[in-house]
Formats: sequence, C-alpha cells, structure tokens
Amino acid sequence: MVNRVSAREQYWNAVGAVLDPEVPVLSVVDLGIVRDVREEDGVVVVDITPTYSGCPAMRVIEEDIRSALVNAGASAVRINTVFQPAWTTDWITPDARERLREYGIAPPTGSAAVGVELVPLMRRETVVACPRCGSRNTRLRSEFGSTACKAIYVCATCAEPFDYFKSI
Amino acid sequence: MLSEYLFRLGDDRLILGHRTSEWCGHGPILEEDIALANTALDLIGQANLFLELAGQVEGKGRTADALAYFREGVEFRNAQIMELPRGDFAFTTARQFLVSVFELLHLDRLQSSKHTDLAGIAAKAVKETRYHARHAADWMLKLGDGTAESHQRLQSAVDDLWRFTGELFEVDEIERALTAEGIAVDRGALRAQWRDEVSRVLTAATLTVPDDGFMQRGGREGKHTEHLGHLLAEMQIVARSFPGAEW
Repeated sequence: MVNRVSAREQYWNAVGAVLDPEVPVLSVVDLGIVRDVREEDGVVVVDITPTYSGCPAMRVIEEDIRSALVNAGASAVRINTVFQPAWTTDWITPDARERLREYGIAPPTGSAAVGVELVPLMRRETVVACPRCGSRNTRLRSEFGSTACKAIYVCATCAEPFDYFKSI
Repeated sequence: MLSEYLFRLGDDRLILGHRTSEWCGHGPILEEDIALANTALDLIGQANLFLELAGQVEGKGRTADALAYFREGVEFRNAQIMELPRGDFAFTTARQFLVSVFELLHLDRLQSSKHTDLAGIAAKAVKETRYHARHAADWMLKLGDGTAESHQRLQSAVDDLWRFTGELFEVDEIERALTAEGIAVDRGALRAQWRDEVSRVLTAATLTVPDDGFMQRGGREGKHTEHLGHLLAEMQIVARSFPGAEW
C-alpha cells in the first residue's frame, strides 16, 4: 500500500518533470507556476498561477500536467487556477536561472519590485550580461520579444542579439 | 451590479486588444510589430480573465468566449476610446499611452479590492500594464520630440483623442455602490493624478496638453461610435459562422 505522503511526493515529482513548452530547460515547478499539488478525495488537485494573462503556453502546460499525473497513476486530476499572490520572476530559483543562461536566455536580474515613479521618463537601464560571452556591454533593443516573458537585447562585444527573461 | 462592472473592465481590454492586434504584420519596424502583438495579447488575456469572472458572477452560464463573440454592439460596455480605428502609428501610440497611464493607476488600486478574484486579476494585469505604459511613453518622447512630421502627427492624435478621455473617469450609481463596498475603484478620484502624469510626459515630449472641453460619452450604456460594429463584424465572424467550433 502506498502511503499518502509518498504518493504526494510522487505527484510532485511528476509535475516537476513537466517542462515549459517555450523555455524547455525549465520545469513548471522551477518557474513557480505550480503553487501546490495535493490529493482531495482521490482527485489530484494542482494549483497553478498564470505567468502573463495572455500567455498561450498556459493551456499546453495544463494539458501536460494532466497527462504527467495520469501517467504517474492519478485517476482523476483537477487543475485549479489561482491569482494570488501574482506570479513573479522572483520565484525562479538560482539554479533555474543558471540553466536559463546556459540555454542562451539571460535570466531576470534583481527584484521585480517597482520604483516609485509611475511612468519613468529617464529609464534606469538594467545591466544584463550577455548569456553567450558574459559581456556586460549590452543594449536593450525592445522590451517585447518572441514571447510575452522576454525582451530583446544586443551584445556590443560579441554582436549577438539575445533574449532576456524580463523581471516582472 | 458586479457583473456590469466586470463587463466594463473586460470589454475595455477586449476591444482595445482587438484594435491593437490589427497591427500584427503591419508594424513600422519588426520590433514594434512584436511589441504591439504582445500588448494585444496581454490585453486580450486580461479581457478573458475579467469576462470569465463576469460570466460566473452573472450566473447565466456564459463563458468569456460566449460574451466576446455572441453579444451585439449595444451590449458592449467599453469606453469609446477603445473602439476608435487604429489610425496611424502616432494615434495608436497616443491612445495606448493615455489609456495605459489610466489603467496603471486604476489597476494599482484594484489590487486592494475586497473581491479576491478581482484583486488577483488586477495584481497580474498591473505588472503587464506597467510595461505598456513605459513603452508607449518612450514612443511619446521619440515621436513628440522627433521630426516636425512626427511631432505634428502625435499632437493631432492627442488632440483628437482628448475628448474621449473623460469617459475613463465616469462614475455611475453602480460603481459608486461597488466602491462603497470596497470592491470597485473610484475612477473619478484618479483624474488629477492621471492628468499630472500625462502632462509630465507630454511636456517632456514638447507636446501641448489639450484643455478639457466637450467630452464624448455613452460607451458604458452601450452607446458606441459607428466603428464598433465594424470591429465586431470582423472579430465575431468566425465564431458565429461555426458556432461551437474548437481548435
């Protein structure tokens, strides 16, 4: 007989193996999308929180979580969307940040905490190191990139453009 | 009536999001095309959350999709500024700026709503809106303080849009009651700060802040400009041609 604690662990592990479809070096647990996994009356309930309101990957993520749990032996799965606290890149672990960098995406820098000025006229440029050559001589090209969560930077040293995972 | 308030919040984003999405493939430069598409996606995502909640609160079993695709123009509750045609890039930029600064103030307070789901959606949306406001403000500075042509086009856009900004701050009995309960935000109270923030950017962009004159209104009661019908025809045609289709 499988005891409750280890079943829960097993489900957590299954969910932890689900990768983000757009950033396939990070799992949905690394990203902080999964807030809780638990069993309620034989149903495995997963609390997830959306990254961006319009992130098209969220539906794929839900389906992937569902099938991972079924494969891990869950007979019924319920995905519950929670909005509070709102998702923040501050939840991405140091280890996950390093994997992002190795993958070629500069990880979010600093904290997502906002400044006092509502619409800053003079931007305090965030220094983002190039994930390829490590140079800090980089330039913001656009705050909107290939997906909602990324900005486009260009490295002045190696001349390569790269994605930056926005701090939010 | 909470559902009525949620329709307003959802419809503002749905209609502006659709308008903004029209730029996809037509942006002046590639980066801007991507930025506009991302902004549209954020807005439509927010609309989906607000309308889904509106449907639940309403209790008639309508989903966000049913509300978006199967309501008539007179049932939409967006402010008219959202439905105006996208115009040129200056017009789109000016509208995004004026609306985003308002939304930043609005959502920032809505995060403290006593309605937990509403507060949660606002807490998410405010982060996205901060990017929209900053991005639009960047372009206000570039275009306003740019060439004679860009300056003139942006000033005309701001002048044309100004009479549609009054509606953003309109408070009626429904919102007054919801504000008293700690659920809604008093939009009227945001006006002075909005004007300060907007004026600061316009002035830095060498633009003139228009005087408040006649203000267009009616969107919250389903009175719209002639442009909404055309927008809905395009937005709703696939869902109405193939009801229940999924992909």
